[in-house]
Amino acid sequence: MTAPKTLYDKIWDAHVAHEAEDGTCLLYIDRHLVHEVTSPQAFEGLRMTGRKVHAPDKTIAVPDHNVPTTAGREDPSQMTEESRIQVAALDKNAKEFGVHYYPVSDVRQGIVHIVGPEQGWTLPGMTVVCGDSHTATHGAFGALAHGIGTSEVEHVLATQTLIQKKSKNMKVEITGKLKPGVTAKDITLAVIGETGTGGGTGYVIEYCGEAIRDLSMEGRMTVCNMAIEGGARAGLIAPDETTFEYVKGRPHAPKGGQFEQALEYWKTLFTDEGAHFDKVVTLKGEEIEPVVTWGTSPEDVLPISGVVPSPEDFEGGKVEAARRSIEYMGLTPGQKLSDIEIDTVFIGSCTNGRIEDMRAVAEIVKGKKIKDGMRAMIVPGSGLVRAQAEEEGLAEIFEEAGFEWRLAGCSMCLAMNPDQLSENERCASTSNRNFEGRQGYKGRTHLVSPAMAAAAALTGKLTDVRELI
Amino acid sequence: MEKFEKLQGIAAPMPLVNIDTDMIIPKVFLKSIARTGFGKNLFDEMRYNRDGTEIEDFVLNKPQYRDTQILIAGDNFGCGSSREHAPWAIADFGIKCVVSTSFADIFFNNCFKNGILPIVLPQEQVDVLMADAEKGANARMTVDLEAQEITTSDGETIAFEVDAFKKHCLLEGLDDIGLTMEKKASIDAFEAKASAARPWV
Repeated sequence: MTAPKTLYDKIWDAHVAHEAEDGTCLLYIDRHLVHEVTSPQAFEGLRMTGRKVHAPDKTIAVPDHNVPTTAGREDPSQMTEESRIQVAALDKNAKEFGVHYYPVSDVRQGIVHIVGPEQGWTLPGMTVVCGDSHTATHGAFGALAHGIGTSEVEHVLATQTLIQKKSKNMKVEITGKLKPGVTAKDITLAVIGETGTGGGTGYVIEYCGEAIRDLSMEGRMTVCNMAIEGGARAGLIAPDETTFEYVKGRPHAPKGGQFEQALEYWKTLFTDEGAHFDKVVTLKGEEIEPVVTWGTSPEDVLPISGVVPSPEDFEGGKVEAARRSIEYMGLTPGQKLSDIEIDTVFIGSCTNGRIEDMRAVAEIVKGKKIKDGMRAMIVPGSGLVRAQAEEEGLAEIFEEAGFEWRLAGCSMCLAMNPDQLSENERCASTSNRNFEGRQGYKGRTHLVSPAMAAAAALTGKLTDVRELI
Repeated sequence: MEKFEKLQGIAAPMPLVNIDTDMIIPKVFLKSIARTGFGKNLFDEMRYNRDGTEIEDFVLNKPQYRDTQILIAGDNFGCGSSREHAPWAIADFGIKCVVSTSFADIFFNNCFKNGILPIVLPQEQVDVLMADAEKGANARMTVDLEAQEITTSDGETIAFEVDAFKKHCLLEGLDDIGLTMEKKASIDAFEAKASAARPWV
């Protein structure tokens, strides 16, 4: 009898193309996603060495980081010269090397981690990489998905493999049911609050438990997206009926008899009874509250009912880090989180730019107006999410409430395009990183769920969304 | 890639924990399509005022640390984005070795592709090196990759672990794409087997 395996073990074992004596493996890559920021040097490397893309059919490119999200963005004057060059380089490389490509003009364009699943490129049991740390998103399908550097992008382009050593297995179980107003974003932030941003280093996390099972695919993608913020190489959720239902009928998903064949295989993708995990973290779903971040690390998480901590509440190197964060964020220890006033709300990103996120916001802001003077931006994750939101009447709700309804892209999550915070501008953001300067030089970011961001837009403060539902 | 030879140089202390890749190289500098020229913007927002003048008390701006080659850093160094611009900036500045109690996974791998040696040590040993680095330019450390040893300015020796394959590639300055292509037969065989078993991929 073979030893029981985790889901990660199974996917890993199915993709080892070569194993050296010291355990260094060549892991075969089923899908390689590419965007404009981390790929130009890799394509240039191929050109310089006369190498080709090994599997152009498994390589999918889309520009997302630099693209403006305002109307008329086809006009190149909306981008800086450098952004234009970077997007133009992807255009050129995609054509020259013959990979699948969704240009800015294509309605299917969007954030690479939203486009992949939406188009059925991401399927259970696959290995998926991208020169982008939030590749972890695709783990929601039970695919082993993680970010890589540009040298590795070049390596995958040239060989369709990655030199890897296996990570350890970590289980994160969320038991029970979530309370109303608590979402996938709160789960994933609460987990990072528990483990710290380095807690997952060296591990692949499998999320499981009733609260995870109850999530939609959109919610599962939000959870896995931030596995990297906890330091893990990847996050995984075993595929089930919710997954199969989502995948079925997508443009690049298998069809007919091949779908049935795939389904049979996908149903074997779960952790065997008794499989070994090197680390286990368990949270009770019903104890998770809507959370916000107060500092400049995603581990700086507290329930909205909390207060800004004091540096002395921490130990070791975190004391100085907390002091620096509190100063940077312009907060006072002891201040109630729900008293923090907000200038701007950003809703979007690969963490929370999917249709379900749009619906969650609409539910809170329908028939209401955002606070006077508030700048509120809602950026769908893809052209198709945008189209669907318009079809469902959500766009009208946003515009009537006072939101700017934008075109698809990464936007203010990392502010490489014109969407940026100015100095000391304070933002409730559905994105994934509250690092110093992340959303603009000296900008101040509080990470929240879409529902919490919507609540903040209405009241002008960080607000417990449960008071509005 | 340049070979990593025995390194003797100035070590700078950066005890702050969770130094992320946005701190190492802010996104405004990611728009280049080249691999070089990032060193002047390493730690940009910590290093310069908005008007471009230097922030005097930032460690790498201090006269004794301007030629730093070794960084002794706080826990979880390099967390955040996968941007290889972070190690490109570090290498371009002239830093060839970073020591910490832990590194973020992607950053750690990216270092080896760029001739940078990231070394993980327990807290007590990082504390010893941090104290040595605090001494300034007269405290020159030696990093011997072959022997897997760091020697402080006082002559104290600290051993470190490194993956054997990664060590070999660094010492020889090997291009790992070339190495992988030598295994093309294995990759082709895997592809044939996998496309029979999972034709929908």
